[in-house]
Amino acid sequence: MKRLAVLDNEKCIGCQSCMFACARRTGQGGLAESRIGIRSEGGIEHGFVVIVCRACEQPQCSKVCPTDALVPKKTGGVAYNPDKCIGCQLCVKACPIGAVFWDAEIKKPMICIACGYCVKYCPCSVIAIENIPEEELSEV
Amino acid sequence: MLENDTLSRILYVDLTKRRIWNEDRPEIFEDTIGGAGAGIKLLQEECPEGADPLGPENPIILTVGPLTGLFPMASKTVAMFKSPHTGNLGESHSGGRSATSIRLSGYGAVVIRGVSESPVFISVHNNQAYIRDASALWGMHSSYTVGRIIRDYEPDAGIRTIIRIGIAGERMISYASVSMETYRHFGRLGLGAVFGSKKLKALVFAGKHSVPVSNRKQYLKVYDSIYQATLDKATKKYRELGTSENVLPLNELGSLPTRNLKQSRFESAHRISGEKFAEDYLGRRVACAHCPVGCIHLAALRQPYKDEPYFYKTSMIPYDYEPIYALGSMLGMPDIPDLLKLLEIVETYGLDCMSTGVILAWATEAYEKGLISERETDGVKLSWGDYRCYIRAVENIIDQPNDFYKALAKGVEYASDIYGGKEFALSYGGNEMPGYHTGPAAHIGFFTGARHSHLDNAGYSVDQKTLIKEKVSPQELARLLIKEEQWRQILSSLVVCYFARGIYTPEIVLDALRLSGFEMSQDELNQIGAKTLFEKNKFKFREGFKPEQMRIPRRILETVSPVGYLDEEYIKETIKYYMEAVMLEPEPAIPNPV
Repeated sequence: MKRLAVLDNEKCIGCQSCMFACARRTGQGGLAESRIGIRSEGGIEHGFVVIVCRACEQPQCSKVCPTDALVPKKTGGVAYNPDKCIGCQLCVKACPIGAVFWDAEIKKPMICIACGYCVKYCPCSVIAIENIPEEELSEV
Repeated sequence: MLENDTLSRILYVDLTKRRIWNEDRPEIFEDTIGGAGAGIKLLQEECPEGADPLGPENPIILTVGPLTGLFPMASKTVAMFKSPHTGNLGESHSGGRSATSIRLSGYGAVVIRGVSESPVFISVHNNQAYIRDASALWGMHSSYTVGRIIRDYEPDAGIRTIIRIGIAGERMISYASVSMETYRHFGRLGLGAVFGSKKLKALVFAGKHSVPVSNRKQYLKVYDSIYQATLDKATKKYRELGTSENVLPLNELGSLPTRNLKQSRFESAHRISGEKFAEDYLGRRVACAHCPVGCIHLAALRQPYKDEPYFYKTSMIPYDYEPIYALGSMLGMPDIPDLLKLLEIVETYGLDCMSTGVILAWATEAYEKGLISERETDGVKLSWGDYRCYIRAVENIIDQPNDFYKALAKGVEYASDIYGGKEFALSYGGNEMPGYHTGPAAHIGFFTGARHSHLDNAGYSVDQKTLIKEKVSPQELARLLIKEEQWRQILSSLVVCYFARGIYTPEIVLDALRLSGFEMSQDELNQIGAKTLFEKNKFKFREGFKPEQMRIPRRILETVSPVGYLDEEYIKETIKYYMEAVMLEPEPAIPNPV
């Protein structure tokens, strides 16, 4: 299983380059389609937190999805089918991490697919793609 | 510009009538690019001749640019207003998340008119704007506290800016600043007082719109080349020690104004250097939104409580070269903890630290020379290097217990009009001196720059690169400075941080602009720069700017610079050439052949 790992959020300078990178994958600017979030830990003096999907084994977002638009993948995390999504935002509310982002322009959820594009733009090596062997999955 | 780009949308707020509306004005951005160019255009529209800077007729204008949210380091917001400090053009730039949040909430500019009857803050979330009651926040001394409360009260953490004032702004001290994301400021020229005059405590912008581009493939290509450069040698200095790296070289050179520029070298410079700060106090480095450089350096200061054993507080205090100069060498402050304690108070109340330092330095010398006594200072024994006396003086500037502190609250020009000491009152067109005594070009730059800032035309750089080696005629110096100031209008119309000036070359700027739907030739680009500077100066002349009457403080002629003693005639002549040349209306440029 691949997922985006936060190696050390204390090194994060809050530049949000990863957020802009994520949205830029599709070739546009801004943040509408971003699937990663950086915010301060209650004030910039305390540093930053990185909010991103951790590819749960039993994803809370998929449990509440009324249309099966989000289904758990065997390898962890969720598969998203936009055709089934009715835009109810239950998944956004269900994720305690806040890692289901909302694209207000197309009214659809945005969840990290662990493509690793953002990693290339982190100037401080805060994030990385992590490969977890299947046999270790339940220990995560 | 691109048709579906919300850059052209301007948010208008009339605080008197409590009305909010949007106007779509693409022509403003097409003619000026945005930022400083759009700001001066809107200021000319909004601000009537002779407006009272603290009256309802003085607008607050905030602008961003087409590259904001698209490319790294295009993350500055330009504020335009009439300055209560100089009585003339007010322009200040700041970063934090202000620019990206304004842009991604769906706006390219904001115009705030009128005066609210009761305290308010304005809150904008994804182009929905609200005027909210700020009665509970009014009277709060600390800009930190205001930020903390709004942080919890408003949604959208991470994609918002919280722009606010402390008590100095409320009390309309003419050099009150406005802060955002705790550590970035519209520092100079008193925007905080204009906020205060409008009973406007804060502005919140939040949003995460998309920003269109004309060619997606090309966008990724241009982005990557700019991004790579932001992590290269052009920004190394800002990433590592930060601007405080300048302390030792400028001191070595004999350019570090010390004790109100009685000296240009500080014997304790090594104790307040960027290196010393980093070694002993650097607690965290942070960045503005969409800027991988992270030049913001925060010092961690641990202080024990005197009355309770084993009680400490640890403060995070932002430091840079300018505060180290203004509150450090200028006040003869040899110890970092003392400097930080003073800086923390200045930050908390929301004063411009540069003006504050220069004013306190003037007051100390006036006290030393007997122009003022303890009767004026309310018992404060002003003395170089004594942070306690300076903290008391700052508190008195806020509380204004007597006429002397009322005068200090209006700046060094005003105070020296009343108490004398003009010859060592270091201000330029009413704005206190920045920390560069590098030679004549720096000072001429302070006089002629549209904002009377060292950043306007970087005269300090001409001193160090050219004048230190060879003589340059007044005409030639004027030409060099104007050329730089005109180009910087482009950067600040794009709202590209000046720390990225080595990255955003004219070629890169044109490539980036093309992706945002701005097709133009380099001539046209240069013409926009010249026009923006012309329009700013036109505004200044309209408001009574008289460059020939600008006072040259004797002190700058008495203290030797690395280029030698400054020649008053040379300064005056260069200013004359500068103003003549800058006021020639630029010819329209030849557009790109289609």
